Amino acid sequence: MTIPRNGAEGPDDEGPLLERLRRGEEAAYEELVRVHAGRMLAVARRFLHGEEDARDAVQDAFLAAFRSIDRFEGQARLSTWLHRIVVNAALMKLRTRRRKPETSIEELLPTYLEDGHLASPAVEWRKAPQDVLERAELRQLLLEKIHELPEAYRNVLLLRDIEELDTEEAAGVMGISPGAVKTRLHRARQALRGLLEPHLQRSAP
Amino acid sequence: MNCREFVDFLMDYLDGTLPDQQLTTFRQHMDDCPSCVTYLDTYRETVRLGRELCADPEGPVPPEVPRGLVEAVLAARRSERS
Repeated sequence: MTIPRNGAEGPDDEGPLLERLRRGEEAAYEELVRVHAGRMLAVARRFLHGEEDARDAVQDAFLAAFRSIDRFEGQARLSTWLHRIVVNAALMKLRTRRRKPETSIEELLPTYLEDGHLASPAVEWRKAPQDVLERAELRQLLLEKIHELPEAYRNVLLLRDIEELDTEEAAGVMGISPGAVKTRLHRARQALRGLLEPHLQRSAP
Repeated sequence: MNCREFVDFLMDYLDGTLPDQQLTTFRQHMDDCPSCVTYLDTYRETVRLGRELCADPEGPVPPEVPRGLVEAVLAARRSERS
């Protein structure tokens, strides 16, 4: 992951905080939690439906981070490191939940005629809105539709397209092969495209 | 190449990893099939919208950390250490 995720400070600016954390300074731990908890909660909410589960995942992530702060080498940003930890904590939390019956991904993929042509032609979409409120509505729609994907596909799509892990990283946290990540990602994107189409096509109100 | 094969190869095309031979037939199909061009555009738009609207920094970050979360984390740390 190379994209800065939180503010403009680079790792160099985090040195003093890191030293205070390693010394076990209580105020430094509080500062770390206050600065990063909001963004980590946003990440956990993308993976987990329930607010309580999302908060638990954030708490688990911080405790895991505190335990390994001595092993954090300071080459990545703290926010990037914490981001990875909360993604893992959210996935761990998902594994402890009983899986609900889900829609098959096949039902969400395009269908083809016998000769391999698309059974229903793809239709053009309207341009994405620039207005802040309309964008907030579209974001909500996207998150709802992502949550309609079967879990195994939803997680890969979140990891690769939203949390921006690369294929190898996503394979590592999911415990599957890079090839399986690519296959699932492609199917998840197709399914999400299909779920969005009725809402975004040009003729839609 | 038919539409099914076109859709199968679509991600490799966008990743720039489609071998030359398939790339040629992929492009030929684009010339012949406006529906698949639209499919490609809307697939790409799906990925773009996800990144643009849901990923940080534009994502819905709570303006304030929910009351109690900071305290709960710090209390959990204290109880783990004791």
